[in-house]
Amino acid sequence: MKDSIEKPEAEFQRKIDEGHHIEPKDWMPEKYRKTHIRQISQHAHSEIVGMLPEGNWITRAPTLRRKVALLAKVQDEAGHGLYLYSAAETLGITRDELVDQLHAGKAKYSSIFNYPTLTWADIGAIGWLVDGAAIINQVMLTRTSYGPYARAMVRICKEESFHQRQGYEIMLTLCRGTEVQKQMAQDALNRWWWPSLMMFGPTDAESTHTELSMKWKIKRKSNDELRQQFVDNTVPQADILGITIPDKDLKWNEKRGHYDFGEIDWEEFWNVVKGNGRCNKERLDTRRAAHENGAWVREAAARYAEKQSNKVLSEAN
Amino acid sequence: MKNEWPIWEVFIRSKNGLEHRHVGSLHAADNKMALENARDVYTRRNEGVSIWVVESKHITASNPEKSGEMFEPAKDKVYRHPTFYNLPDELKHM
Repeated sequence: MKDSIEKPEAEFQRKIDEGHHIEPKDWMPEKYRKTHIRQISQHAHSEIVGMLPEGNWITRAPTLRRKVALLAKVQDEAGHGLYLYSAAETLGITRDELVDQLHAGKAKYSSIFNYPTLTWADIGAIGWLVDGAAIINQVMLTRTSYGPYARAMVRICKEESFHQRQGYEIMLTLCRGTEVQKQMAQDALNRWWWPSLMMFGPTDAESTHTELSMKWKIKRKSNDELRQQFVDNTVPQADILGITIPDKDLKWNEKRGHYDFGEIDWEEFWNVVKGNGRCNKERLDTRRAAHENGAWVREAAARYAEKQSNKVLSEAN
Repeated sequence: MKNEWPIWEVFIRSKNGLEHRHVGSLHAADNKMALENARDVYTRRNEGVSIWVVESKHITASNPEKSGEMFEPAKDKVYRHPTFYNLPDELKHM
């Protein structure tokens, strides 16, 4: 009998606690809806903006093999952005609103993409580290409580399994190459390591969203747990490459069964989040220009569709 | 006078968390009747928690005779698969 008199909020929480998914037409607290719009759209924006640092190297990839792989990866990221925007739209926000929020600087995207890609080795480091970090987060999200988001994540994880491998292969090739090439790989690791750790967000003690996210099973692991998992996975991978992670405090802790690692520079993190990273302005300018320069295509397609439907109508009369 | 009801395609979500899947079609005079008929025809044994119906004429389908040029471009792109990349066996978590 309890179901008939249960308040919607209690029934919602019971469904979540029992491991059921929430679907678009189900009742949900307004905050759950808003949190998801924010999180899914940030994720979508990250895929779209994430194309830019890598796009920078497509024309300069060292071989055709590398070039087609990088093209395929960037193409996947566009697709992943589209899956995620569509998932966000099931919550009652339009694509135009989402895109406008990004272009107005009101919506965030992963800060990692505000760092520049200076050498070809950066493309290897991004695949290995940035995609590696993203995958840890995304594998967790395949079990998130909101159905459309979880399903998009399953698809994305499946497609993304090649991204990290192509990055690692680039690193491996450089590390087995000349001394200068190995230096390039080391330099890329030096620059991408700490920003990659920052991708998991503030520490649990500082994170404002974690508690509710866990209660609603939006996330199932905390920022610190995910970050630790990333470090534990990545250290042996760096050893195989024969390059050194730039952290003098990094060492295996037998008691914890995990690697200990040094303090993250949170000042740098917040500074980039607030818009003062090396490429924040360039990334947004590029996005806006792409959108504005593409306006005529969208308009032309809409006019063409309108014309075709008028034609069908007049033929019918 | 022709009175045949239009065809509707039926999609069922078997439980929350899974996508709606196409299960078949039926005839109905309008969307309300289509939904009710879908319930009676396709979910008599609790097969679903959610139903979508869409009139068949609103579905645009690819042409099987043109499947070649439609899907062929993905066939030679082996580099979209993880197995394309040569990595050492001792590498874990990738």
